[in-house]
Amino acid sequence: MAFNVNVNGSARSVDVDGDTPLLWVLRDVLGMTGTKFGCGMALCGACTVHIDGVATRSCITTIDSIGNSHITTIEAVGATAAGARIQKAWLDHEVVQCGYCQSGQIMSASALLASNAHPNDADIDDAMSGNICRCGTYVRIREAIKLAMQTNKKGG
Amino acid sequence: MILDRIASRTPDTNLSRRSFLTTSATVGGGLMLSLSLPLGRSEAARPDGFAPNAFIRIDSDGQVVLTMPYVEMGQGTYTSIPMLIAEELEVSLKQVRLEHAPPNEKLYANPLLGVQATGNSNAMRGAWKPLREAGATARTMLVAAAANRWGVDAKSCRAQDGEVIHVSTGRRLKYGELAVEAAKMPVPGNVTLKSPEDFKLIGTPAKRLDAPAKVNGTAVYGIDARPPGVKIATLAQSPVFGGRVKSLDDTAARAVKGVRQIVRLDDVVAVVADHMGAAKKGLAALKLEWDDGPNANLATEEIARELEQATLGSGAVAHNIGDADKAMASAATKVEAIYHLPFLAHATMEPMNCTVHFRKDECEIWIGSQAVARVQAMAAEAAGLPPEKVIVHNHLIGGGFGRRLEADGAVRAVEIAKHVDGPVKVVWTREEDIQHDMYRPYWFDRISAGLNEQGRPVAWKHRFAGSSVLARWLPPAFKDGLDPDSTEGAIDLVYDLPNFHVEYIRVEPPGIPTAFWRSVGPSHNVFVTESFIDEMAVAAKQDAVAYRRALLDKSPRAKAVLDLAAEKAGWGQAMPKGTGRGVSLQSVFGSYLAQVAEVEVSKEGAVRVRRVVCAVDCGTVVNPDTVQAQIQSCIIFGVTAALYGEITLKNGRVEQTNFDTYQMLRINEAPAIEVHIVKSAEPPGGMGETGTSVIVPAIANAIFAATGKRLRKMPVDASVLKQPV
Repeated sequence: MAFNVNVNGSARSVDVDGDTPLLWVLRDVLGMTGTKFGCGMALCGACTVHIDGVATRSCITTIDSIGNSHITTIEAVGATAAGARIQKAWLDHEVVQCGYCQSGQIMSASALLASNAHPNDADIDDAMSGNICRCGTYVRIREAIKLAMQTNKKGG
Repeated sequence: MILDRIASRTPDTNLSRRSFLTTSATVGGGLMLSLSLPLGRSEAARPDGFAPNAFIRIDSDGQVVLTMPYVEMGQGTYTSIPMLIAEELEVSLKQVRLEHAPPNEKLYANPLLGVQATGNSNAMRGAWKPLREAGATARTMLVAAAANRWGVDAKSCRAQDGEVIHVSTGRRLKYGELAVEAAKMPVPGNVTLKSPEDFKLIGTPAKRLDAPAKVNGTAVYGIDARPPGVKIATLAQSPVFGGRVKSLDDTAARAVKGVRQIVRLDDVVAVVADHMGAAKKGLAALKLEWDDGPNANLATEEIARELEQATLGSGAVAHNIGDADKAMASAATKVEAIYHLPFLAHATMEPMNCTVHFRKDECEIWIGSQAVARVQAMAAEAAGLPPEKVIVHNHLIGGGFGRRLEADGAVRAVEIAKHVDGPVKVVWTREEDIQHDMYRPYWFDRISAGLNEQGRPVAWKHRFAGSSVLARWLPPAFKDGLDPDSTEGAIDLVYDLPNFHVEYIRVEPPGIPTAFWRSVGPSHNVFVTESFIDEMAVAAKQDAVAYRRALLDKSPRAKAVLDLAAEKAGWGQAMPKGTGRGVSLQSVFGSYLAQVAEVEVSKEGAVRVRRVVCAVDCGTVVNPDTVQAQIQSCIIFGVTAALYGEITLKNGRVEQTNFDTYQMLRINEAPAIEVHIVKSAEPPGGMGETGTSVIVPAIANAIFAATGKRLRKMPVDASVLKQPV
C-alpha cells in the first residue's frame, strides 16, 4: 500500500509493504543513497537517520511505524545547527577514511549534540558505541565531537 | 560539489593502442601525458619493454585531471598520490580533479606487483618516483611551450601554481592556455626531481580530497550505483562450500510484493526485486534445501590437525643462515613453542555487492574493487565475452582490507545477471558476506630457539603451515614451494640471529577459500616471531626491550623506533596489579614500527587494551596526517582481531553470521593511541597495513606481563585468563 512520509521536509509517497524497512525505502525507492546498509539488525549503526530528531536505525524501522514523524537523513542534516557543526568538525579533524560508516556516525553525533550541548566521554560512549567503524576512526570521532562542542560554546 | 572531483572515468577500449604513445591530444585539444615505467616484470614478456602507467590530463580550460592508478579505500591514497604529482607539476591540490582508472594492466599496473591492484601496502612505494617524474615531465613540457611562445630560453622561466612565469619580464601563461602547444613539445628523456628542501606539499598535512563528499552523503560507493531501471537482488549461497541446491519451493517468495524473479543456479538462489526490502523478504520466504556435498562434516579442528601433521615433516626452506641444528644441539637453553592463528573474515562495512547489466554481446559492471582489471578478466570469463566487451566502472570502496582484491563477487553477480533482463544490483546480506568471505588463512607454527649462557640466541628454527593465497591469486609468484607473502615477517627479522632456519609448508584447507587480509603475511608471522622473542627474553630472565635492543646493532632504524616507543610509553615504570605492558617491533612493507600496548585483565579474564604508543619510521613522510590516521586505523583493526577475531567451521558451515557473533571493537573499547614519527629521508614505506601486524603480539606480550600467562593462540580466550575463585 502507499505510505506518505516526510523526508527532509518533503512529502513523499511510496508504495511498498508496511513491513519494509525505511533503509530500503530511502536507498532503493527514493534513490537517497547517503544512508548506508551495514548489517540489517541494528548492530552497526551505518543506517542511522533522525526520526523527529532522535537517532534511529533505519534498517529495522518499518515504514508503517513512522506516521507523521519527520525523517532527516545525512543529505539534509547539514541544515540543522548541530549537524552543520558536526560535519565541519569531521572535516576540520580529518575523521573519515573509507567513509562508508560516516553517514551513520555523523547522524548519531548530531543527535547527541542537539540533545546535549556538553557531552562528556561517557555520553559520547553511550551515543556512539552503536556505530561500528571498521577503519577505526574512533579516536578522531571522539575528538571531533569535542571540537564541535567547543564551537557550540563559542558560537552560542 | 566535491563529488565532481572524483568521477568514474569513461572506459576507453582504445587505451591499449594509445598506451604506445607518449603524448597525444585530448578530445578537448589539451595535453595528455602518459609515462613509461620500467616494470618489475620480465622484459621478454613485453616486447615494447615499457608500459605507460598513469595519466595527467590538462584540458584547454585549465582543468587538471589526474587518473588514479590506485584505489581509495580509506588509506588516503586519493590525497597522497595527487600530492606527488602536484608537487612536481606545480599546481595546488585545489586545482586537481580525480578519476578512477579503468581496467588496463598496461597503463595502471603497480610496478612492484606487476598487476593493476591496490594492496600489500605498495601504492606509495610504487608511485614515489614515477609519479613525481610524471609531474615533472608535464611541467617541463609546459615550460618549454611557454618559452617557445615567448621566444625565450626555458631556463629563464619557472612554473608556479598552474602557471608558467617568465621571471625577468613577469609575463605569465596559465597551463590551460599552454596545453595544446605543450602536447607538441618533445618529451624530455630525463627530468630532475625537486630536492626535499624544496617540497611545498610533500611532508605537510594535506586535507583529504575525498572527505567532503564522505560527510554529506554524496560519495558514491559501488553499492550506491543506480543505473536506470536497476533491480535489486540478494542471494543465498550454499552454507557449506561446495554444496548445491537440492530443492527449492519459491511459491511464497514470488508472492511477496516487489519480488520480480527468482534465479536458481547450481549453488545459489537469488531473489530479484524492486528494492532490497522485498528481496530480503522474498529470500526469507524461500523453502530451500541444500545438498551439502563433500565438506558436510568439516570442522576447524580437523583443518588445524592437518596443519599440525604437516609441520611434522619438512617444508620448503624459506631462509637459512649457518647451521641451526648444530647450534641448537650445543645451546645452553632451548625454548620451543607452538602457535595458532585463526581464520578471519574481512567484514568490510560496505557489504559485498556488484551491479551488472548483461546485454547480448557486452556486459557493464559497477563495483568498488582493489583489482579492477582482475574483475574485468574474471567477469569476462563468467560472461563468455572477450574482456574488451566488459566495461567496468570502479567506485570508492567502503573498506577493502584485501577482500576487494578478489573478483568472486563480480563473477557471482554476472552469473545471476545473465538470467535477468536489464541491470541488477546483487547485494550480499551481512550474513552472506561473513559466511561466504574468502578468509585470512589458519596458520600453525612450530618455533624453537637455542640460547647461550648469557641468554643470547644462537639458533632459531621456525616451521609453519598454511594456505598460500598468492599461489592462487598470482600463480607465477609461487615457486619451489614458497611465495614472498607467506614468508614476509618470518625471514626478514630486524634482529641479529645467527644459525637461522625457516621452512614453509603450503597446505590448502578443504572447504574454505582463503584470501589476503590486512597486513597479509606479516599478520601471521609477526605475531609468532614477536611473541616468541618475548618468550626468549623471559627464558633469559631479561627485560623485553633490553633483550631486543641487544640484537639490533645492525639495524639502527629498528633500534631508534624501539627506543622512542619505550621512552614515550614509560617502559619500566611500575604498573598496577592486573595490568601490563607489552612491546613489539617489526620492519615490513618498507616501514619500521615499534609499539607498546598497555592492557588491563579483569578477574573474569576480560582484556581491555587501554593505551598504545607507536613509534614509526616510514621513510619520507608524504602526508603526516595520513600516517597518523593509518596507524590509528591499523591498531583498532588489530585489537579487534586479537580480542574477538575468529571464524570457525562446524558441519562445514561458518558459525559466525553478523556483528553479534563476529564482533568489532567499538568506540567505548578503543584504546588511547599515541603516534610518534621519526624523521627520515629514506624513500617512503607502506603505511596502510603495518600497524595491524605489530599490535597483536604487543597485546599478547602485555597480557603475559599482566598475568604470567602466554597466549599462543588468537583471539584472546578469557577462560584461560580467568582467575580461580
